[in-house]
Amino acid sequence: MSEVLQPKEVIYCGICSFPCEFCEFTPTFKKCKAWLQENDEDLFNKLYSDEALATATSSLTLEKAEKMEKELQKKQAKEEAKQERELQKKLQSKVILKRIERTKRKHAIAISGLEIFDIDMKKLAKTFASKFATGCSVTKGADKKDEIVVQGDVGDAIEEYIQGLLKEKGLDDIKVEQVEEKKKKKATAPVIAPQ
Amino acid sequence: MFKKFTKEDVHTKTNVKSSVQRNLKTKLVSQFPPLESVIDEIIPKKSSVELFKCEDKIQLYLIDNEVVFYQQFDDLIPSLKLVHKYPSAFPSVKVDRGAIKFVLSGANIMCPGLTSAGAELPEAPGLEKETIVAIYAEGKENALAVGQLIMSTEEIKSINKGIGIELFQHLGDGLWNFDE
Ligand SMILES: [Zn+2]
Repeated sequence: MSEVLQPKEVIYCGICSFPCEFCEFTPTFKKCKAWLQENDEDLFNKLYSDEALATATSSLTLEKAEKMEKELQKKQAKEEAKQERELQKKLQSKVILKRIERTKRKHAIAISGLEIFDIDMKKLAKTFASKFATGCSVTKGADKKDEIVVQGDVGDAIEEYIQGLLKEKGLDDIKVEQVEEKKKKKATAPVIAPQ
Repeated sequence: MFKKFTKEDVHTKTNVKSSVQRNLKTKLVSQFPPLESVIDEIIPKKSSVELFKCEDKIQLYLIDNEVVFYQQFDDLIPSLKLVHKYPSAFPSVKVDRGAIKFVLSGANIMCPGLTSAGAELPEAPGLEKETIVAIYAEGKENALAVGQLIMSTEEIKSINKGIGIELFQHLGDGLWNFDE
C-alpha cells in the first residue's frame, strides 16, 4: 500500500489561468503581475523578487536570456496593443436589426454585428428559431460578415432579447439599432433631364 | 492533441455506469499505482462521471464539469489539473528553460531540451518508451504539460536528437481552457 497522497493546492492566475509561475510566458504578463500583487503578495514576492529573477535565468547565457526577454516583451507589447484595439472595436460596434419587406405583408429581420458575442452563429440562429417559432438562417451579409435572418416582423422581440444577452455578457455599452431596409426602386427607366 | 480543441469537437455526452466507473478506477490505479490511496477522492463513490466522446476518438472523463482524465487509445491520461493536484503520482521529466515557450506553443519535445544543463531525466534504468509523463521545467514547480515518451529516457540520453516526447496536453491548450 502506498502512502496517502496529499492534494497540492496550486494558485492559478486570475488573468491567464496558468500556475502563476508561468505568467511570464504569456502575452498578458503585465496584467498577470498586477493581479498577483493584488491577490497574493507572498507569491508575488517569491516569484518576482530580484533574487528569484536572478536564479531563473542562471543556466542560460546572459546573451540568450536577454534575447528571450526582448522577444517576450515584444510579444507582450503586441498583445496589449491588440487587446486595446479589440476593446475599442467592441465599444464602437453595434448590433443592427434591419427590417426587410419581403412582400406587402411579410417581413424579415436581418441581424448584423453579432460577432461581438463571440458565439457560434448557427447555434444563435437555432436559439432565435425556437424562441420566435420561426425560420432562421445564417447568411453572409454585404460586407462578408455573418448575418442572421429571422423570418417575421419580430424586431422588437429580438431587440429585447439581444439587450438581455448583452447585459449578461457585461456589454451594456453596445448599442442595438433597428433600421428599415431601403426599398429598392422598381426598375424604371432612368429619367434623363433634357439638356 | 488539444491544440485546436473546442467545445464544438464534443459529439456526445453520457453518464458513465457505476460498473464502468469501477473499471476506470482499477485501470487508473494500475497505470499510476501511487493513486491508489486517493482514488476515492479523485472519483468519489457517489460522483457521476461524464463521458464526452469527441473528434478523433478522444474521450474525456469529467467529474463536476472538470476534465480529470481522458483517453484516445487504450491508456488513460491524467489531465494537467490532476497532475498539479497529485504531482508525485506520475513519472516525470524536466525540460530546460529555453524549451518552455516551445512546449507552451504545443510542440513535441526534442531530446536536447531534455538533456541540457537545466533539464532532468530520471537516472538509469529510467522510464520505458511509451510511458506517460508529466513535464516540468527548469526553475518551475508545477508541470506545464503531459506527454508520452517516444523513446526510453536512456535512449533520449544516448541518441539526443529528434523528438523525445509527444505532447498530449499543455498549459493554455484547448483542453486546459475547456473547463471554464
Ligand atoms: Zn497570468
